[in-house]
Amino acid sequence: MREKDIFIVADNVFSPLGKTTAANFLKLKENISAVKQHSNTKLSTLPFFASLFDENTQFIEDDKHAYTKFEQLLIASIADALQGAETNASDKKTVLIISSTKGNISLLENEPVSAELKKRIALSTSAKLVAGHFGFVNKPVIISNACISGVLGIITGMRLLRSGEYETAIIAGADVISKFILSGFQSFQALSPQLCKPFDIAHDGLNLGEGAGTIILSANKKYAGSIKVKGGSVSNDANHISGPSRTGQELAGAITTAVKDAGILTTEIGFISAHGTATVYNDEMEANALSISGLQAIPLNSLKGYYGHTLGAAGLIESIISIQSLKQNYFLPALGFEKAATGSQVNVCSAPMQITANNILKTASGFGGCNAAVVFGK
Amino acid sequence: MLTEKYITGNCTISKGAVSKNGLTVFENNTPVNAFLLAVYQHLQLNYPKFYKMDNLSKLGWLAAELLLKDGFDKEAYQPEEVGVILANANSSLDDDLKYFDSIKNTASPSLFVYTLPNIVTGEICIRNHFKGEQAFFIQDTFDADFIAKQVNYLLNNNILQACICGWADVIDQEYKAVLFLVEKQKKETSVAFSAENMETIFKKDQV
Repeated sequence: MREKDIFIVADNVFSPLGKTTAANFLKLKENISAVKQHSNTKLSTLPFFASLFDENTQFIEDDKHAYTKFEQLLIASIADALQGAETNASDKKTVLIISSTKGNISLLENEPVSAELKKRIALSTSAKLVAGHFGFVNKPVIISNACISGVLGIITGMRLLRSGEYETAIIAGADVISKFILSGFQSFQALSPQLCKPFDIAHDGLNLGEGAGTIILSANKKYAGSIKVKGGSVSNDANHISGPSRTGQELAGAITTAVKDAGILTTEIGFISAHGTATVYNDEMEANALSISGLQAIPLNSLKGYYGHTLGAAGLIESIISIQSLKQNYFLPALGFEKAATGSQVNVCSAPMQITANNILKTASGFGGCNAAVVFGK
Repeated sequence: MLTEKYITGNCTISKGAVSKNGLTVFENNTPVNAFLLAVYQHLQLNYPKFYKMDNLSKLGWLAAELLLKDGFDKEAYQPEEVGVILANANSSLDDDLKYFDSIKNTASPSLFVYTLPNIVTGEICIRNHFKGEQAFFIQDTFDADFIAKQVNYLLNNNILQACICGWADVIDQEYKAVLFLVEKQKKETSVAFSAENMETIFKKDQV
């Protein structure tokens, strides 16, 4: 018996490339990246490559509430997604899910630490403000699970709808790049000194990025015919808190379970949107996992070359763009990839592909040894 | 699809006291750093990685150690059949503040790695070789009802056969961890797995 179908009703990508999914996809088709070199001493004493909003970017008009940049990003993204749907935020059967790794942490950089500031930084405070802005009646769900937060948000939403708890789930993820985050990745020597090169032989680290993404899911049959979120799974490496699995076995486990949950065969996956951070450790682990799963021949990309690593938003932004590809039969390359890393057997795209696919796989992995996989399809 | 589920064990670390299944096993009224070390020593553990952990990971990891001590049959499960579903209010802010202090001089990678709430999940998984589902939720107060629904979904659909769930939160000198072991087989000390029973156990340190 197939589980209840869950449909994708509307979405939004809000990034330095554009304020809507359509605007973003147009830029991607023109092969434009948002990653640039920045010299901003407020963020870093050294120049760095990242995808950042211009300092004067207006996210929402007439903000009387003193929302933070993080909250404004969420609001802007959710507002646009809601516009494309008949969703009523105040419906009792609607739930808001917010994914973020570091939320309002940048507030530490400008204000002295106080009890009030700690409360202001709490993700629950932001979630309440955002929920209040739209009039959601149910308590928002907040997920903070490192770099799988976005994909885990989609999986959590899918399950809440499958169980009949809600009819509609609005999943929004955002992260803002701050000195806190940048200095941390620098201390880890995880940043590339140039544009990142996912899966390439010369991959030497990641670029960070900021942005937001929102997906609206519905269990309502009136959306039959829309792209579905078919299955998902999460696993842990149980190996190391900051380095990925040596074998990729655990991500492979999540992939296999997600495919099974989707009720399809691995052979029915037509394209893969990998995590592909462009760190040697991540790319190798992911390539291993895809090989173990029997997916080494399936074309794949990483969108990090366009957006950088947008942390808690990454799983959402990259899923939404991949869903757009599924609709338009136009799949994007892994920008920055030219020649396969030594020993890698995966099929990384270096040019756009105009193919039809029925199902796509999205993967993500993060600190704490977490892995997530989700399947979208027609 | 519904299966019977039991809380086969619970562990609370809060306000200078450690208890398992409702019985106090250790008390020590010292500041948080000394207290967590005292708990570690009391349990006679030998795990050098403990010393590297931030307070949130120490707290959650110690609670899991005690929860699984005596009575949990790890051999009964495959690694991917055991999951960890946790929540807290302050995310990793306790360590975030310490990391942020470090960047005034040299940013510390060993503090930065703990600036995510789910690292404690990773520490519990590494120690016990758990490879199943995981999720970390932020809630202003413990939402037993929501956690129960998440765990029910995972166990009812046979995605997991056992799950550690609950709360682990630290900010400065305030700390509280309440972990539940949820399994499908009844044990002597079991109570039914429900939001109400979790809520009752969660509030015990408040009397």
